[in-house]
Amino acid sequence: MTLLSVRGLSLSIDATPILTGVSFDIAPGETFGLVGESGSGKSMTALGVMGLLPRGAVASGEVRFAGENLLSLPERRLTELRGNEIGMIFQEPMTALNPMQTIGDQVAETLLIHRAATRSEARAAARDRLARVGLPGERFPLSLYPHELSGGQRQRVAIAMAIALRPKLLIADEPTTALDVTTQAQILDLLKRLTAEESMALMLITHDLAVVAGMATHVAVMQRGRIVEDGATRTVFRTRAHDYTRKLFAASGHRPARVARPRPETLLEVEEAVREYVLPRPSAFAPHPRLRAVDGVSLTIRRGESLGLVGESGCGKSTLTRAILGLDPIQSGRVRLGGAEVTAGRTMPRALRARMQVVFQDPYGSFNPRHRVGLLVAEPFHLTGTPKDASDRIAAALEEVGLKASDMTKYIHEFSGGQRQRIAIARALIIRPDLIVLDEAVSALDVRVRAQVLDLLARLQQSHGLAYLFVSHDLSVVRAVTDRVLVMRSGRIVEEGGTEAVFTRPSHPYTRQLVAATPVIPANW
Amino acid sequence: MRLLLLLGAALSLAALLAALVSLVWTPYDITAMAIAERLQPPSPAHWLGTDHFGRDIGAMLMAGARTSIAVALVAVGIGMGAGVPLGLLAAASRGSLIDEAVMRLNDLVFAFPSLVIAILITAVFGPSALNAILAIGIFNIPVFARVTRGAALSLWTLDFIRAAEVAGKGPARISFEHILPNVANLLIVQGTIQFSLGILAEAGLSYVGLGAQPPTASWGRMLAEAQTMVTLAPHVAIFPGLAIVLTVLGLNLLGDGLRDHLDPRLRRIR
Amino acid sequence: MLHPSLGDGKGRDMLRYLLGRLISLGLSLLVASLVIFTVIEIVPGDPAAYMLGLNASEDTVAALRERLGLNATPPIRYIDWITGMARGDFGLSYTYKVPVADLVAQRLAVSLPLAAYALALATLIAFPAGLLAAARRGRAADAAVMGATQIGIALPNFWFAMLLVLVFALHWQIFPAGGFPGWQSVGAGLRALTLPAIALALPQAAILARVLRSALIETLDHDYIRTARAKGLTRGQTILRHALRNAMIPVLTILGMQFSFLIAGAIIIENVFSLPGLGRLIFQAITQRDLIVVESVVMILVFAVILVTFLVDLAYASIDPRLRRRA
Repeated sequence: MTLLSVRGLSLSIDATPILTGVSFDIAPGETFGLVGESGSGKSMTALGVMGLLPRGAVASGEVRFAGENLLSLPERRLTELRGNEIGMIFQEPMTALNPMQTIGDQVAETLLIHRAATRSEARAAARDRLARVGLPGERFPLSLYPHELSGGQRQRVAIAMAIALRPKLLIADEPTTALDVTTQAQILDLLKRLTAEESMALMLITHDLAVVAGMATHVAVMQRGRIVEDGATRTVFRTRAHDYTRKLFAASGHRPARVARPRPETLLEVEEAVREYVLPRPSAFAPHPRLRAVDGVSLTIRRGESLGLVGESGCGKSTLTRAILGLDPIQSGRVRLGGAEVTAGRTMPRALRARMQVVFQDPYGSFNPRHRVGLLVAEPFHLTGTPKDASDRIAAALEEVGLKASDMTKYIHEFSGGQRQRIAIARALIIRPDLIVLDEAVSALDVRVRAQVLDLLARLQQSHGLAYLFVSHDLSVVRAVTDRVLVMRSGRIVEEGGTEAVFTRPSHPYTRQLVAATPVIPANW
Repeated sequence: MRLLLLLGAALSLAALLAALVSLVWTPYDITAMAIAERLQPPSPAHWLGTDHFGRDIGAMLMAGARTSIAVALVAVGIGMGAGVPLGLLAAASRGSLIDEAVMRLNDLVFAFPSLVIAILITAVFGPSALNAILAIGIFNIPVFARVTRGAALSLWTLDFIRAAEVAGKGPARISFEHILPNVANLLIVQGTIQFSLGILAEAGLSYVGLGAQPPTASWGRMLAEAQTMVTLAPHVAIFPGLAIVLTVLGLNLLGDGLRDHLDPRLRRIR
Repeated sequence: MLHPSLGDGKGRDMLRYLLGRLISLGLSLLVASLVIFTVIEIVPGDPAAYMLGLNASEDTVAALRERLGLNATPPIRYIDWITGMARGDFGLSYTYKVPVADLVAQRLAVSLPLAAYALALATLIAFPAGLLAAARRGRAADAAVMGATQIGIALPNFWFAMLLVLVFALHWQIFPAGGFPGWQSVGAGLRALTLPAIALALPQAAILARVLRSALIETLDHDYIRTARAKGLTRGQTILRHALRNAMIPVLTILGMQFSFLIAGAIIIENVFSLPGLGRLIFQAITQRDLIVVESVVMILVFAVILVTFLVDLAYASIDPRLRRRA
């Protein structure tokens, strides 16, 4: 018996094919995983099931839900099913809730819209569902607005909305991708518990193989609008029959070949750095409360060393990074690079600035869209003065990161995300710094592209004797590419040590919690 | 949509052309009165008829286009010239006292509509076309400052600005190298909008006697003079009004079209 | 990471927001009055001589200066002026020989209802039009609304007023062509204000409808709209229950800004219809060089704009819970 049966679902938007002949089944109460890289069509498949396709989309094939073909149902019948029989939650909890409505009203709306309850019953039910998803009434009154909640809490509200009427199927589109790893673990636990208790089927869409491994009984792997392989999760993960599945697996566990050759001299030294922010007054005459974003942090990086800095959002790692780069002042303590003091703003000598560069996370926001690649890569020459052979140097830098010299006349929008990160690395490399800060530099990339960029970084480190400060929330990446690691929480370093040692034998409870929360593919599969 | 952009461009160009041609040639002398030919309806000799002094309305419209466009253009120039640097400065020093001061100054100027500024200037210095330019121009300053600041603020949060800071560039340099080129399109679009608003405002000010004074031809004044004759000769009122509507419509269509067509890359980075 | 009990903080936040806005309202008024005072009383040199013209004798100028209290130092005069206004004393009109406050009060009885009438009409036209266009985005109804608004925006309101007079007052004689019979008969008063209000309202409605449409369309792109649809709301329910309120912020901004255009428009339109409002008063005062009247009326107009900005700020906070925290 199947609950949802998709047969030959094809989809095109303005004549561009998005999905081709997608077929799969979901049994009642089963958790089904749909994995693939960005652009593979997994979200479109979900929207197709919901009947919420964007304008201009044309779908063919069959989507049978409890006997009815959703593709041929009139919109009115679909609105009856949505929220009632099929619920859905999305990736971005920060924007998925209406900012102007209380959480109570938003959860109650699901019941009211389907005329399943009176106003007061709906509120009582909302109270009950919010408690069920871990937002008890004492601490989370119905009158709260979304902006008063954290990302994980908002995702719980979204789940409460989706399950308010106990649907038979819940579609979760990357539900934990935007969350921190410990929050992710909690949300995944919650989903697991709810599916079991309500005997609700779950269609879990994710790019993360490890998440699927821990959740789904069945899995389908998508690539370019097709399902290339599907079956029981264990079987698919073990046999990896399709070439693409094999590549995905190889990339997600990829460890670049690197020989750690840190030299003894200290390159960067941070001593007892403190950075406070002044918050708005809680009442008219109270003093401004202060937030210690960085609270007495000390660290060192030796020449040629890779240091990892891990922590969840809001732990202060961005603030620390900005202080190290000389973008923001610290209030006490000091930052020294090669013995010279790093200060923020104009007082910092250019020659000192030229010794470190940075690569950011967002491959789209990292470049001025109006400048050609040549000019973008050449920007750090501002620190050193433009050399006579600037254009040769730009060409060399582009070739070093695997692009062509001729790319320098193109604009940034002509490149893919992975290529843009390569250009960002070329920009950092061009003035031959001693230290490159990699601020979530591979977090936005798909696994296969990420593996290639990590290889590139490892190669460059070797050939240029670079030191890396690798800032990331992603433990597995940090584990793959760093020699030493620091774990940061609430502005403090809670644990420090050799990467392998810290991850295999974490001593601080928080580190243990982080490691335990990180989803892994079982080793015996 | 492309069609509307072309229509807008054509109408705007027609007004501009009329204004430019009127500098060297108009079908009739607009200063010469011919009372015998007053208030004639449109005819082969006078395509758009004549006014109460017997002047050719077509010729007056051409000369009036010159006044409208000149006033609106200079007013946009004043608004951009002062507003854009202020907006860039406010965004570069976001959150600081400078930003606060610029924004409060903006609010203050916003409290004085163009007409009120024109009234103040006229009450003390007497009416002239220069008043209209000043009044509209001053009102344009906070408009451009706000648009620039708003767009610049969202750009300042992007990583390419961080990269420029890491490359040792200061706020002034970043503002001109990175921010300005990325808000340029927005400013072009806002410029066309303010230009068309300027033409409307100039017509209004001239209509109530706070703008261009005789013998300068002006669409607004033509309408003021036509008001008492509108029953006798409706064409005297209809053609100048149509000239305003078509020019403003053209500029608005041009502005909308430019917004849709100018560089989709800007949208992608948001 | 967040505060467990928030309920009791909300009223305080709102109060703090209100206080902040009130202070900024007061400051704006102070600075604006200073600007007006400087332009009217300092820039012309001797206002008394300016008001009397070139032919006035030394003695009459001196007498007027005495009567207007112009012999005091500027700071004293400024303080006298604003404290007077705070008490409702706007000085004496030089030409009318009556208190300016009385003149203004009479004229406001025409101008205020006209502005309110126009604003109401504009809102009544704009909301359905904007909602319709957004709901039928890209279809014929949308194109029709957008086409109509394009023309509405391009219409100079005083010319449109002339056309209205031509058609509805002279040709069909449904409404009077001008003048104002007073409020003895409310019906007659409203009738006299109808054409002026329509002339003022249509161009404003066009702008408002466009802003509402684009704000709605932008809002409809947000993630929470998709969430609402996933809950089972129809497209229409989503617009009314979720998009409209979120789209109100830009609409309110424009509504507030439009008020200043409305004031300017009303001043001009009053001239088309010979309505005895503030607009007529101020133009007569300009021709008669009655600086005292000009100064007071301009101050009142600017006060109105600043007050509306303040009210819009309050409306933001009542709509958007996030603003109450910021202040």
